Amino acid sequence: MNKVVHLHPMDDFKARSKAVLDNAGQRKNFRGAMDFLQAKRRAQFPDQDEMQGLRELGASIRRYSLAHLPRLLEQLEANLTANGVQVHWAQNGPEANAIALKIAQRVDAKRIIKGKSMVSEEVGFNHFMEAAGIEAFESDMGEYIVQLAGEAPSHIIMPAIHKTKQEIAQLFAEEIPGVAYTEDVDALIQIGRRVLRRKFAEADIGLSGVNFTVAETGTLCLVENEGNGRMCTTVPKVHIAITGIEKVVEKLEHVPPLLSLLTRSATGQAVTTYVNMISGPRRPDEKDGPQEVHLILLDNGRTQAYADDELRATLQCIRCGACMNHCPVYARIGGHAYGTTYPGPIGSIISPHMLGLDTTFPLAFASTLCGACSEVCPVKIPITDILVRLRNEAQARPETEEATLRGSGAARTLAASTAWGMWAQVYSKSGLYKLASWFMSRGRALSPSEQGAWTRSRTPLVPASKRLRDLMKDHKS
Amino acid sequence: MNSYGLTDRSYPSKPTDVYLFATCLIDQFTPQAGLDTVKLLEREGIRVHYPEQQTCCGQPAHSSGYPDEARSVALAQLNLFIEPWPVVVPSGSCGGMMRTHYPHLFADDPELHAKAMALADRIYELSEFLVHVVNFNHEDIGEACTIALHTSCHARRQMGVHETSAALLDSLDKVQVKEQARIEECCGFGGTFALLYPDISEAIATDKVASIKNTGASCVVSADCGCLLNISGRSAKQDELSGCKQPSLPGEHLASFLWRRTNGGAA
Repeated sequence: MNKVVHLHPMDDFKARSKAVLDNAGQRKNFRGAMDFLQAKRRAQFPDQDEMQGLRELGASIRRYSLAHLPRLLEQLEANLTANGVQVHWAQNGPEANAIALKIAQRVDAKRIIKGKSMVSEEVGFNHFMEAAGIEAFESDMGEYIVQLAGEAPSHIIMPAIHKTKQEIAQLFAEEIPGVAYTEDVDALIQIGRRVLRRKFAEADIGLSGVNFTVAETGTLCLVENEGNGRMCTTVPKVHIAITGIEKVVEKLEHVPPLLSLLTRSATGQAVTTYVNMISGPRRPDEKDGPQEVHLILLDNGRTQAYADDELRATLQCIRCGACMNHCPVYARIGGHAYGTTYPGPIGSIISPHMLGLDTTFPLAFASTLCGACSEVCPVKIPITDILVRLRNEAQARPETEEATLRGSGAARTLAASTAWGMWAQVYSKSGLYKLASWFMSRGRALSPSEQGAWTRSRTPLVPASKRLRDLMKDHKS
Repeated sequence: MNSYGLTDRSYPSKPTDVYLFATCLIDQFTPQAGLDTVKLLEREGIRVHYPEQQTCCGQPAHSSGYPDEARSVALAQLNLFIEPWPVVVPSGSCGGMMRTHYPHLFADDPELHAKAMALADRIYELSEFLVHVVNFNHEDIGEACTIALHTSCHARRQMGVHETSAALLDSLDKVQVKEQARIEECCGFGGTFALLYPDISEAIATDKVASIKNTGASCVVSADCGCLLNISGRSAKQDELSGCKQPSLPGEHLASFLWRRTNGGAA
């Protein structure tokens, strides 16, 4: 029975990875994009001391916010409500979708225009609304491309990063009526913008994500480059914002350092083209803006991370994507291979709380623990330490108190745990180790030429004829 | 400060005695690197003590989700270095394990935690020790050559010592070090990662081999055996498949390279 439950996620992940590894075109897209984004970020942080100081400040702000999370969320709700924003709490994806649907049905909405929101991806918003007969249309250019292709984002900041301009040209020519094939990027953007302009005007509801919520002022902060976020949050008569509970900060003055870290780490920009600070619906003396503003605050497993002293740091994340841009694994397999809404290192540490370790445990092991992610994280999440912790959880004996997370023990097999037990016996008793290594060294001629996964890509490992401990006996200092 | 929160450390003056923690990979696969480490240190007038009961730092279990197994192996090492001498480790990865993870492994036991902290404080990666403690300065008597340096991710990001390997090679007059593209990127080894996800590991290793070969370097030097076995092993496999008889990218441990260049190959 164990096998059915335990082996599939690993096989699935390996198969999806292999598909990308064998796709030279996609490999090239990802590599090129990663090199580009790494260089952009590097150029934004010429002064190492300034960067480390800002990271320390950003990490402190996020840790402080999480340390006071319940109080800040109550304060946020009170101040948003005072500003005329209606606050809704959702424990999981279905609850969030149901809240949005209820609003949509009340205002008799047929069309929703969407700004970029990973949380809406997390809850499967588009499919849910489609099934309810309501169009949910993506207005971020990358998200629009991905939606047109019937795919999911492969990166949290640049959703269509896996596509070349030729693929996008082909897609537009096939899917948008009256459009001829062109590889001219400016022309492609204009084609997209024309479609979107009409959609903004027709939409009954605008849906957006949120980068930060500010408790003391009741403000929703949203950054973007295309102006589509501002359109979504101001043109339709109803604006629904959706975000995770962890995005709250206490004070407005906490926002600028985080914004600076976010845009410099994400796209290598000093600031984004648009910075929206949303503090409520249209006031009686105002001529535009939505008549209703809603905020859906989503848990979806975040409280599991919050409850654990070590894993809480996961929630410091400001979703810049720098960890994936610098990850040697992500650069090779891209975002879709992870099979989760959030890919890359941050995805590997946040997804287990949303989906359970039983399906996501392969991701905890999908890292060389090189530490590039922890090094670039603008809010200093110890990503590699958390990956190791999740590996411990995945290998825990499920029936014991070791198991503290949903799906703990999912990776554990009798064969592997027995082998590691024997390994520990040999390496913790020097007598046994000496004996075992002596046999390996004497039997070096018998070393197998096939050493499983190692020799598929490398020449075999052959023990030396004399171990260091043998050489040391002959060595005269 | 590096990503693990280690602040820039202050270094002691040259000691009379040091311990060598040589790592299990060196003991079994590249013992010459261990012996050359001893010779490099002894030449500086330092007595090198090699506790024979040493085995492995415990990292393989630690990175694989087996903390109890890692702890029992770590515990066996924790009791071997009784005198307050520096412990020199010719591997940034194993050194990083002992310096940054041992204290966490024993966090629940005050006595062992204190021991782990005290040991962590005395752990020095070889290149770090040669530069900062013994002021390595020897004439390069080898032939002119062009090489590449690969610094392990743990040496770079856990120990923060990537500059010392480079500085040692820089001190050799006739050695030209070529910098490969994406020098700070992982080689794809990752210990058990290479066995669990061989396809991904191979893709990363293949790119690493290519970027090093593109520099025209005749060999790759590293202060970490794991990376070396991965990089030169990958290259050798490619040689084998293409029918190339001579290894196109041999690897050598930094200790052996330094000893060879500064001792004329004499024992």
